[in-house]
Amino acid sequence: MVSVQNESPVATARRATTPTPTPTAVSGRSRNGKHRNVVGGVAAWIWLAVVLLPVYYVVITSITQQGAYYTRNPLAPPAKPTLDSYLLVLKSGFGVYFTNSLIVTLSTVVVTTIVCLLAAYAIVRSRKKLVRGVYSLFLLGLAIPLQATVIPLFYVLGRVGLYDTLAAVVLPSIAFAIPITVLILVNFIRDIPGELFESMRVDGAGQWTLLWNLVLPLSRSALATVSIYNALQVWNGFLLPLVLTQSDNRRVLPLALWNFQGQFSINVPATLAAVVLSLLPILVLYLLARRQLVAGLTAGAGR
Amino acid sequence: MLPALAMFLAFAIIPLVIALGLSFTSWDGLTAPEFNGIANWVSRLTDPLTYHALWLTFQVIVLSWLIQTPMSVLIGVFIAGKQRYRAVLAALYFLPLIMSSAAIAIAFKALLDPNYGVGHAFGLSVLSRDWLGSQTYALYVVILVIAWQFIPFHSLLYQAAARQIPGSLYEASQIDGAGRMRQFFSITLPMLRNTIVTSSTLMIVGSLTYFDIVYVLTQGGPGYATRILPLDMYLTGFSASDLGNASVLAVILVIIGLAIALALTRLSGFNRMTSDQEGA
Repeated sequence: MVSVQNESPVATARRATTPTPTPTAVSGRSRNGKHRNVVGGVAAWIWLAVVLLPVYYVVITSITQQGAYYTRNPLAPPAKPTLDSYLLVLKSGFGVYFTNSLIVTLSTVVVTTIVCLLAAYAIVRSRKKLVRGVYSLFLLGLAIPLQATVIPLFYVLGRVGLYDTLAAVVLPSIAFAIPITVLILVNFIRDIPGELFESMRVDGAGQWTLLWNLVLPLSRSALATVSIYNALQVWNGFLLPLVLTQSDNRRVLPLALWNFQGQFSINVPATLAAVVLSLLPILVLYLLARRQLVAGLTAGAGR
Repeated sequence: MLPALAMFLAFAIIPLVIALGLSFTSWDGLTAPEFNGIANWVSRLTDPLTYHALWLTFQVIVLSWLIQTPMSVLIGVFIAGKQRYRAVLAALYFLPLIMSSAAIAIAFKALLDPNYGVGHAFGLSVLSRDWLGSQTYALYVVILVIAWQFIPFHSLLYQAAARQIPGSLYEASQIDGAGRMRQFFSITLPMLRNTIVTSSTLMIVGSLTYFDIVYVLTQGGPGYATRILPLDMYLTGFSASDLGNASVLAVILVIIGLAIALALTRLSGFNRMTSDQEGA
């Protein structure tokens, strides 16, 4: 109800700025009338500009010569494009940060996926009250702000001697990936028809066989989705590594960006080159796996 | 299930209990924490800065919702359609999804630089104001940058939900002579109700966790203008080395997060019931 009221001003504003009073809402649904797509297209291009302008700015600035940065037109492509900034960043230990990010991300994703698949399977197949309770606890975890746990984590991990190790980042990252991962996997595994389980049971399959030969192959796409999603989260994580690591050679990429910003404070092109470099690997993953990511995310949260 | 439970308890739930414990100690992060009773709680709850941080956080939550929800609904519903180039557009729309907060903050910091930023491209001095250095505007700039980052994610949810609305509803309403505005408000929005609740819950609880982007953009400044609660906690704890006081803020953060989540879940259950009764 509330949202309907909040919707109207924006929708009205849109109507005022577009020539025909056509909500883009339904334009695609009934595929009649070509002009509607044009209207929708105009709105789409405007939002596209909002998204792409910062990206474009970052890319062209990163290939601008440092000296030219202060005199250039901020949106014009550089007269003499250069990759010097990229070379500088690569020479400033970028490889180490990249490797650390890779280790942290891969180990978090692998452990989370295995552990959550087992948990989700148990939650779907078990009728025990306790199991329901644990599921509710996981769901409650969705509402816990990660921030609130960094101080105790700093305390505990310091005590057990894990402070300033990559494991200090991995362990809590796994814990905070569990709720959403379990939620998505449970929603997915629930849709596997019960008869499949029954018929395999009759054939004498045990729990592990069921899990390995039935659940695992059937939930492959959901597993891919949660893996990509978690990878994204961990790869971009900032606070945990900020608080739980200290040495330069334990730093991950987002922190390295932050360091670069300090180190290159007067060299904006270099800072932005580091931003671009940090994006490239995940951009490749995104382009390869976008469909998968979108499909699974919506299955989990769109309910 | 046990491994997941163990990990979750050890690194998510038990820390909350420890946070509560630490909130009754004075601790500088180097020496051992020392019990000091409710001193931290008293000093936090009588400090106007705490309420300032809460007020900023509240503004961030409300304004973020007001900006992001309508935008996400419109974009999500639009890209759920079958326009030409839609696939390409959608891929580009979702670019901010993959960028780290640190990257986004650094990009916008350069972009908004009063001397060399993008404001100069248009030759309007109004645009090249020191947005992030302004007591008045900094918070709103931060909220807009956050919107830039998160609208794509919520659009994604609405896109999926809008795709699930049966096309027959639109055909039926067209026969009844409903215009497109009418269709949007009478069919699309009501059908998206559950998604609005889900997305709002994620958005509002998520608002409590904005840390990195604000940290990199403004470090809470100028002055205290953007020192929202999570940032206040970090700066109190790790910059001012007062982890006891910071733990109080952490506990407050958890309480608010859980309270909001529970309230919204109640609300969503209520909504679902009414929508069933109305028969949509």
